[in-house]
Amino acid sequence: MVAIRPAQATDLQAISALDARLTGSNKPIYWQEMLAPERHFLVAETDKGALVGFIAGEVRAWEFGQPAAGWVFAIQIDPKLRQRGVGSQLFEALVARFKQEGVTRVRTLVDRKDHLILSFFRAQGMVAGPSLQLDKDLS
Amino acid sequence: MKLQTATRLGLYATLELARQPDRTLSAADLAERFGVSSHHLAKVLRTLSAAGLVQGGRGATGGYRFTGNRRRTTLMDIVALFEPAPGQRPKEPGEETDIGGALQRVLTEIDEIAEATLQSISLETMLKPAR
Repeated sequence: MVAIRPAQATDLQAISALDARLTGSNKPIYWQEMLAPERHFLVAETDKGALVGFIAGEVRAWEFGQPAAGWVFAIQIDPKLRQRGVGSQLFEALVARFKQEGVTRVRTLVDRKDHLILSFFRAQGMVAGPSLQLDKDLS
Repeated sequence: MKLQTATRLGLYATLELARQPDRTLSAADLAERFGVSSHHLAKVLRTLSAAGLVQGGRGATGGYRFTGNRRRTTLMDIVALFEPAPGQRPKEPGEETDIGGALQRVLTEIDEIAEATLQSISLETMLKPAR
């Protein structure tokens, strides 16, 4: 069993470390900025006080021309605790906060080759949204 | 992405059986449900059976049941049993030309999105009641 609570400055080191271990990129400033008051930054903690996952998001209006929606920016779960509903608990807690802010839609962007995270969001009931993401190589 | 009839039937049959894994249905039952010939469906079921997704079907009235893993099997796993792998599609005439190559890049982009979508949806997710 894990408990979900808002992230605090004292969690940043554990959050950064978990993310760096899973993604291979260290971005402590990015995580620090997630503590901004308009953002929702939640962590999952075991009863022994170990941080085993986090989720970050924010309600944004008129981003890319779309009406207000809750955006999920990031989610990570310690691989040792996967398949135990920790990700679903974090997602549901974030969605509850989005609903409190009055939005009726949750949205995210996913690497289409990352089948694990795509499958996770699909299992939460998410489907393709109205936007197509486009890129151009500028090098 | 256009799916061949066999692929579509493979998806129908797998999902129908996976909906209630303890239930057995004959090829004739399944064929009637989807309005196709049981001969056509029997071939599809043999492919699914060889892949370990279903089991059974001895005799004309023998029942099939789902033997795969609903959480681990994706729609793409089933599609891949019936459709040629992306790298093995025969070259289309004109693909070597500038225009043919440019068109092929667009079609590949579409296929990649379709494959990512099919790969991200497990049978479990597909069979979950809509919410």
